[in-house]
Amino acid sequence: MTAQEVRTHAIDMNSFINNRSNSEELNEISIKVENLNLFYAGKQALRDINMDIPKKKVTAYIGPSGCGKSTLLRCINRMNDLVDNVTIEGKILLDNENIFDKSVNVAALRRRVGMVFQKPNPFPKTIFENVAYGLRIQGINDKRVLAETVENALRGAALWDEMKDRLNDNALGMSGGQQQRLVIARAIAIEPEVLLLDEPASALDPISTLKIEELINELKEKYTIVIVTHNMQQAARVSDYTAFMYLGDLIEMGTTSELFTNPRKKQTEDYITGRYG
Amino acid sequence: MIKLNMINTWFKSGTPWVWLNAAGVSLCLIMVIAVLGLVAVRGVGHFWPSRVMQLSYQEDEGSLKTIFGEQVDRSVTPAVMAKSTGHKMAEGEDTLIQYLIKTGNRDVTGTDFRWILERNIKQRDFPAQMMVVERREWGNFYGQLVAVKENGKIIASGDGAWPVALERLDAALAIFDEIVHLEKKEIGAVNYGLERLRLKQKKLQLKNRWDAEAEKEVALEKAGYEAQYNQYQTQLSLLYQKARRDSLVAKIDNGSEQEISLSKIVKIYQPNTMTLFGRIGYFCSKFAEFLTDDPRESNTEGGIFPAIFGTIMMVIMMSIIVTPFGVIAAVYMREYAKQGFITRLIRIAVNNLAGVPSIVYGVFGLGFFVYILGGNIDQLFFPEAAPAPVYGTPGLLWASITLALLTLPVVIVSTEEGLSRIPKSIREGSLALGATKFETLWLTVLPMASPAMMTGLILAVARAAGEVAPLMLVGVVKLAPTLPLDGNAPFLHLDRKFMHLGFHIYDVGFQSPNVEAARPLVYATSLLLVVVILGLNLTAIIIRNRLREKYRALEG
Repeated sequence: MTAQEVRTHAIDMNSFINNRSNSEELNEISIKVENLNLFYAGKQALRDINMDIPKKKVTAYIGPSGCGKSTLLRCINRMNDLVDNVTIEGKILLDNENIFDKSVNVAALRRRVGMVFQKPNPFPKTIFENVAYGLRIQGINDKRVLAETVENALRGAALWDEMKDRLNDNALGMSGGQQQRLVIARAIAIEPEVLLLDEPASALDPISTLKIEELINELKEKYTIVIVTHNMQQAARVSDYTAFMYLGDLIEMGTTSELFTNPRKKQTEDYITGRYG
Repeated sequence: MIKLNMINTWFKSGTPWVWLNAAGVSLCLIMVIAVLGLVAVRGVGHFWPSRVMQLSYQEDEGSLKTIFGEQVDRSVTPAVMAKSTGHKMAEGEDTLIQYLIKTGNRDVTGTDFRWILERNIKQRDFPAQMMVVERREWGNFYGQLVAVKENGKIIASGDGAWPVALERLDAALAIFDEIVHLEKKEIGAVNYGLERLRLKQKKLQLKNRWDAEAEKEVALEKAGYEAQYNQYQTQLSLLYQKARRDSLVAKIDNGSEQEISLSKIVKIYQPNTMTLFGRIGYFCSKFAEFLTDDPRESNTEGGIFPAIFGTIMMVIMMSIIVTPFGVIAAVYMREYAKQGFITRLIRIAVNNLAGVPSIVYGVFGLGFFVYILGGNIDQLFFPEAAPAPVYGTPGLLWASITLALLTLPVVIVSTEEGLSRIPKSIREGSLALGATKFETLWLTVLPMASPAMMTGLILAVARAAGEVAPLMLVGVVKLAPTLPLDGNAPFLHLDRKFMHLGFHIYDVGFQSPNVEAARPLVYATSLLLVVVILGLNLTAIIIRNRLREKYRALEG
C-alpha cells in the first residue's frame, strides 16, 4: 500500500468508528493515566493522577502556572526522560499498553504520540524537508511518497494553499502562525494516534490563534488531541473535555460544558471565575 | 570648585572610556596597517627593476675607480657618531652620508655589496647599454655587453649584439626548460621506479620468496628502466651541449671582460633604457617567478613555490585531521558524557592544552609520533627499507598531526560552544517526531553547529599556518628536492619532508650567508605568508558565512 492508500484506509476506518461512537454515545478511551506520581529531584510535581483521555476528542488541561499540566502532557510521550533527576511512578496506558514499560521503544512511542510545543520550532531547513523529516527518519526516501505525504500533511494543517509555491523556501522565513501550523503539519505527517499541544497558540497573534483553533477542530476527527492552555476561553472554545489541575493535583475533570457551567469543586469555580491564578 | 565638578561629571558620563576604547582600536589599526605597509613596500620593491649606475669615486689617497651597481640603501650618520666609528670628518660637515651599492659580480670581486661615502663620489652616470644578467649561480652580474659568441666565435658585437643576445637567450631558456623537465619528471620517475624495485627485491628476500622467477621479473623491469634512463641521459647530454654553445662577453667595472655561458643565465635586461611599461612587465614577471619557481642560491634567489605549496598542503592535512577529532570529542563531551567532575576536569585539561608552548608539541611530536609511532610503522610495514627510515623520520604526516594536536583545543572549545547554543526546542522538536538521539544529532544539531565548527577551524588554521617552532622538529627542511604531491604513485607522499613559509623566513633571514641579498626576500616572504594565511582564513570564513546563512538559528 502506498501512503495515500494507507491514509484513505485509515480515514475510512476513522469515520466508521466515529459514526459508531457518536451513534452509541460511547467514548473509547485512548489514554489511561493510573496513579501517576512524578518527582523532580525529590520534589513532587504530580500527585496521584488518574485520568481517562477519550479517543478523537479534544481534552484541555487548564490551571495556574506551575500546576503540572505541561509536565503531565510531557509524560504522555515520555519527553520528561530528557530531563535529569526525574522519577515517575504509576502507569500511562496507551491502547492498554504501559508506555513506561522497559520493552517500549521510546522513538516508536513518540511516532504514535506527536507533540507541538509552545514556541514554533521549525528546523532550519526547507518547508518540504521540515514536513518530510519524520518520514526520512523512518527511512522513507521515495520522492513520490514524500511529495504526497507532505502535501496531505500541509493540507491537513491548512497550509497547503499558502505554501505550495514556497516548498523549497527556508521554513524560518515564515510568520509565527505559519511556523506553528508547519510544526503541526510536521507532526501529523507521520500519522500519530495522539497529538499533544503544549500551549500551541500562546506565542501567536489573535488571527493566527483563531486559525490554530479552527485547525484543532478539524484535526480531532482523526486524532486524539490533548491541549494545555492558559486561556480558559480557548479551552472552552476548542475542547470537549477539560481537566483542571492545581499544584500537582488533578482537581476535576469532566466535559467542557459541565466544568465551565457547573463545576463540582469550589477550587475549580474560583479559578474559572478568575478569583485566582 | 566648579571646574572640579565639571571634570567629575565628565568622568561619570563615561566619555573618557569611549575615548580610551577608540584610542585602543586606532592604535591596533595603525600598527596592523604599518606592519603590512612596511612589509609590502620592502618586499615588493625588491622586484622593481632599479636603474644601474656607473659611479666614479676616489678614496682618500687612491686613484679614481669606477663601479657598476644599483643603489640599495642610503644611511645618514651624525658627525659625532661617524667620528667615533673611525671616519674622518671635515670641518663643518655635520652628517656622513653613505650609499649601499649592489655591485653583483660576486664571482669576480668576492662581494656583491659595497658601502660608498657620498663625498668620495666624483661622477654618477646611467649609461644606456648597462646590462643586468640574472644568473643561476653567483647572483647578479652587472656589465656592458661586448659580444655574443657561438662555440667560441664572435657572431655579433657592438650595438647589434643586444638583439642577438636576447634571441639566443630565449632559445637557451627553452632548452633549459627541457632539461629541467627531463631531470625532474622523467629521470625522477625512473629513479623512483628503480628505488621501488630495489625495495621490492629486498622485501621478497626478507620473506624468502626471492626465487629465479622473481629475479627474472625484477631484472626485466630494471633493464626497462635502465634503457629508459640511458635514453634520457643521451638526450640530456645533447641538450647540455646545445645549451653550452652560446655565451656572452661583457665588460665589467674594473675594465676586464667576462664570458658567461647562456646556459647559466635566467634573464638579461637593460634597466636604464626600460620604459615604464617595460618596468611593469619586468616587475610582474619577476613576481610571478617568485611565486612559481624553485629557490636558488641557498634560498636567496629564485622563487618560493615549494614553501607556499608545503604550507598550504600542511594546513589542509591538518584541517582534515583536526576537524573530525575535535568535533567527535566535543560532541561526546557535550551530548553524551555525564556532566560532572570528570568532564569538568577534561574541559580544564583541554583549555590548558591550548596554552602549552608550541615547541613542547614539537618535542612531543618528534618523540612520540616520529620515533615511536613512525619507528614502529617502519618495522611493521617497511622492513625492506631499513636502515633508511620511511615514516620514522620527520615528514608531512607527522607535522600535520602535531599541528592538529596543537589546534585541537580550539576546535573542541568552539564546537562545544556551538552545540550549547542550539536551542533545546529544536532538539525536542526532532525527538518528538520519533528521532533517536543520534538521528537528532546527525540530522539537525550538527548541521546547525557547523558554523561554530568552521569558526574553530578558522582559528586552528590561523594558528597552524603561522606556527614554525614545532615544525622545525617534525618535518620542515630548508630545501626539499621534491614536493609532497607529484605524478608518481601514490601521488601524495606523506612521508616526505617539506618547505614552509615561516621556516623559510627564518632560514633566509638568519641562516643565509648573504644577508644583504636575502633581506628583501625576507620581507617578500613575510608578505606572502600573511597573504596565504589571509587567503586560507578568508576561504574558511566564506564557507562559514554560507553555513550560517543556511542554518540561521531561530530568532529569540
